[in-house]
Amino acid sequence: MTSAPVAPKTTSTGPTRPTTSLAERGAAFVVRWGFIGVTVALIAFFVITEPNFRTVDNVFGMLKFIAPTAIAGLGVMLAITVGGIDLSVGASAGFAVSIAAWTMVIGNQVGVVAIGVVLLGGLLIGGLNAFLIVVARIPDLLATLATSFVIVGLKLLIVDGKSISSQMSLSDGSTAPGKFTADYLWLDRGSLGPIPVPVIIFIAITALLWFILERTRWGRALYAVGANAEAARLAGIRVQLYRTVAYMGCGLLASIAGLLLGARIGQGDVSAGNSLLLDAVAVALVGVSVLGIGRPNAWGTALGAILIAVMVTGFTMVGLPYYAQDFGKGIVLLIALLFSFTFSRRRTVVTAGSTTAS
Amino acid sequence: MIDSSIPEGGELATLSPVVSLSGVSVAYGSNVVLTDVTLDFFPGRITALLGANGAGKSTLIKALSGANPRYSGDIAIDGTVLHLSSPVLAKAHGISTVHQKVADGIVPGLSIAENVVLDDLANASRHPLRNTKQSFLDARAALATLGLDWPDSLLAQDAARLSISDAQLLVLARALRGTPRLLILDEPTSALTAAEADRLFDVLRALRDTGLSIVYVSHRFGEIEALADRVVVLRDGLVQHSSERPFAWHEILHDMLGRATELEQTRVDVRRGQGVVARVHGVPLLPAAAPLDLEVRTGEVLGILGLIGAGKSELAELLAGLARPASGSLELDGEPYTPKRPSDALRSGVVLVPEDRQRQALLPGWSVAHNISIPFLKISSALGTLRTSRETSRAREVIDSLGVVTAGPNASIDDLSGGNQQKVVVGRWLSASPRLALLDEPFRGVDISARREIGDRLKELVATGDAGAVVLSSDVDEILEVADRIIVLVAGVVELDAYADETDRASIVGAFLGARTRDQRSTHDEGHPK
Repeated sequence: MTSAPVAPKTTSTGPTRPTTSLAERGAAFVVRWGFIGVTVALIAFFVITEPNFRTVDNVFGMLKFIAPTAIAGLGVMLAITVGGIDLSVGASAGFAVSIAAWTMVIGNQVGVVAIGVVLLGGLLIGGLNAFLIVVARIPDLLATLATSFVIVGLKLLIVDGKSISSQMSLSDGSTAPGKFTADYLWLDRGSLGPIPVPVIIFIAITALLWFILERTRWGRALYAVGANAEAARLAGIRVQLYRTVAYMGCGLLASIAGLLLGARIGQGDVSAGNSLLLDAVAVALVGVSVLGIGRPNAWGTALGAILIAVMVTGFTMVGLPYYAQDFGKGIVLLIALLFSFTFSRRRTVVTAGSTTAS
Repeated sequence: MIDSSIPEGGELATLSPVVSLSGVSVAYGSNVVLTDVTLDFFPGRITALLGANGAGKSTLIKALSGANPRYSGDIAIDGTVLHLSSPVLAKAHGISTVHQKVADGIVPGLSIAENVVLDDLANASRHPLRNTKQSFLDARAALATLGLDWPDSLLAQDAARLSISDAQLLVLARALRGTPRLLILDEPTSALTAAEADRLFDVLRALRDTGLSIVYVSHRFGEIEALADRVVVLRDGLVQHSSERPFAWHEILHDMLGRATELEQTRVDVRRGQGVVARVHGVPLLPAAAPLDLEVRTGEVLGILGLIGAGKSELAELLAGLARPASGSLELDGEPYTPKRPSDALRSGVVLVPEDRQRQALLPGWSVAHNISIPFLKISSALGTLRTSRETSRAREVIDSLGVVTAGPNASIDDLSGGNQQKVVVGRWLSASPRLALLDEPFRGVDISARREIGDRLKELVATGDAGAVVLSSDVDEILEVADRIIVLVAGVVELDAYADETDRASIVGAFLGARTRDQRSTHDEGHPK
């Protein structure tokens, strides 16, 4: 509507600078630092009460333990960045575990080949998700839920529903030709200096994603697609392409998470990855709020994962039963969501479950 | 604004209004969109409500239908002032509304009968078990008020299978259940063919004769001429005009499109372009419209004036690579121009400031600088890495050239006023020194100073002599203020093409009227089916 001289319109020329009251600034401070404060307090509590907690081994142990979750969470973060969600990361990781084992044990290949096959599989799964969401226009939540069933089913068909271990006996009575090779197991057991390989991969991927998202034009375009897909399209951004890339990246990261998981277990456990999905989504959502940024981001996601590692490890040391951990994780996620959606002045761009626009 | 001259004489004059509004205003935040509206709606009369985009029509309808309880002033039904706090309450007091999008009023998956009696399903006092037999009876009774006799076998079918005109009748039948006193119809013919529209008009005339008061919103003057007893024009949230038959169309259009009080001086600085930057060759803008030929020249601001549905946005979308021409061709700088997507248009130097700032242009929560740099990420980066200094300097350029009032490039776009947000959007697109800048309703929700600054920036752009600018608007004065050359577009056809100093407001309004008389004639040519 255009303004008329008669109408008492107050489309002011000045910016509506909010007068930040003390309460508002306090709230902003809590949103910005509250989560980190909680993490630090938790760590401090465990450091004081549990001597074992403060050892270097434990620090790396915790990071190593959480690496697969964190990497899968970074994948979910990518999907959230373009305004979507991916519920197939758990299934993709489990698929990776079994396929890596199958390639090495049944296919008698070395670990490097298995890794290549798994990464390719991850990209294909991501591509399938992208096709269903971007081209076939199925809402992301439903598409990835369906593909996760397909992926799990396909995995079970390939491995005959069995966990694959080195030199296992096959149905025809013979022994499987291959075994988990050392180069594959190095993914879990190797280390560079004091730092275990999974921790290096975790930190490297986080840093790389942070750089891409925050510092490059491709990252900016990904965020723009999530913030306002129509505006991004009119600004000349190939929205469909970026969404495809995000889902393929998510598939790739989920398969990397599966590789680390498989190397840790040392066999192709068919149930591996089952619990990964909820943790990965939780970590990505916590990541949105952790630093008060209000949008998905790599370091926030990593911090979210670390917070969960601290909780799980600490609670275990304190002697809480394992079944209490889910309760703790749930509370943490709820608090994170309250920070993102309820207390924060910023608009949160998580639109998980949104249907494909444009 | 009480009707003083009721043509039928004494009988009607003694009737009291069904619904009367006095001093009704609506404001969204500090933005006043409806100001002190005082209107009476009498039984047995059809009132046509006219107004350009954003004139306040929908706001008025929302207040009347209970969809927006946050109005001030009084709405009285049969002389009793009530607060219409919900659509259910409004309907209970006899105000029934048929909204523009028919599809939104139909629940697919439910039968036609259930759709007719839909309100009962939401009615808490009804028996919770659905009684199919009863709903069929009720549905048939409701359809009978429109003279429709749909058999039970049809009523049992999924409502999603109805044609659009039958669906229109369905929602109308639903609106007429419980015998309303006031029926509001928002552009009921926008999806109907001429014959279907005539069928609807017969129904409406019959309803009027039973004493129903009808509010009819439409952009089609021919329909209003054929149907209405009274015309009310809204502009900028104010009632600008209210008159009885016979309608003085010239005056109505004038009141609807213009802002005569504001500025009436003639432009002296009209530029005439030299070269041709873009050419449209035989492209029909609307499905049924004649092919359009159009030339955009460099060195001038072309103002295209048209109401909703005239094909303005369609033209902008064609040139910006959002849609492809059904037939005909586009030319840019004498070369064939076939943009497949916005990025192609952008590469060719064609930019579009879209109509809907919030939905199509702004990135909420982002800084001013990041909002400005989004189409230019490639130029703003080296080896893919974004250079903050480049983004900031571009943002400063935009802020300075348009006088954007903001704390700086890093301020959040959300903290800017609407006018300044629009300046950011316009500045974003003009900062690329485009060959052709298309601005679709760039002055909507923008105060006068921002309008001036945007207009000046446009003139600055074309003054270089090798760029063209097109402003598309439904407001005569916006166009008169900014455009060097003016095109009036009606139903996808150019009705006027002249330089601003060769024409005046009267001729421009006349161009709309010329189209109206044809429109009216064609409506009559269709004839009545009954």
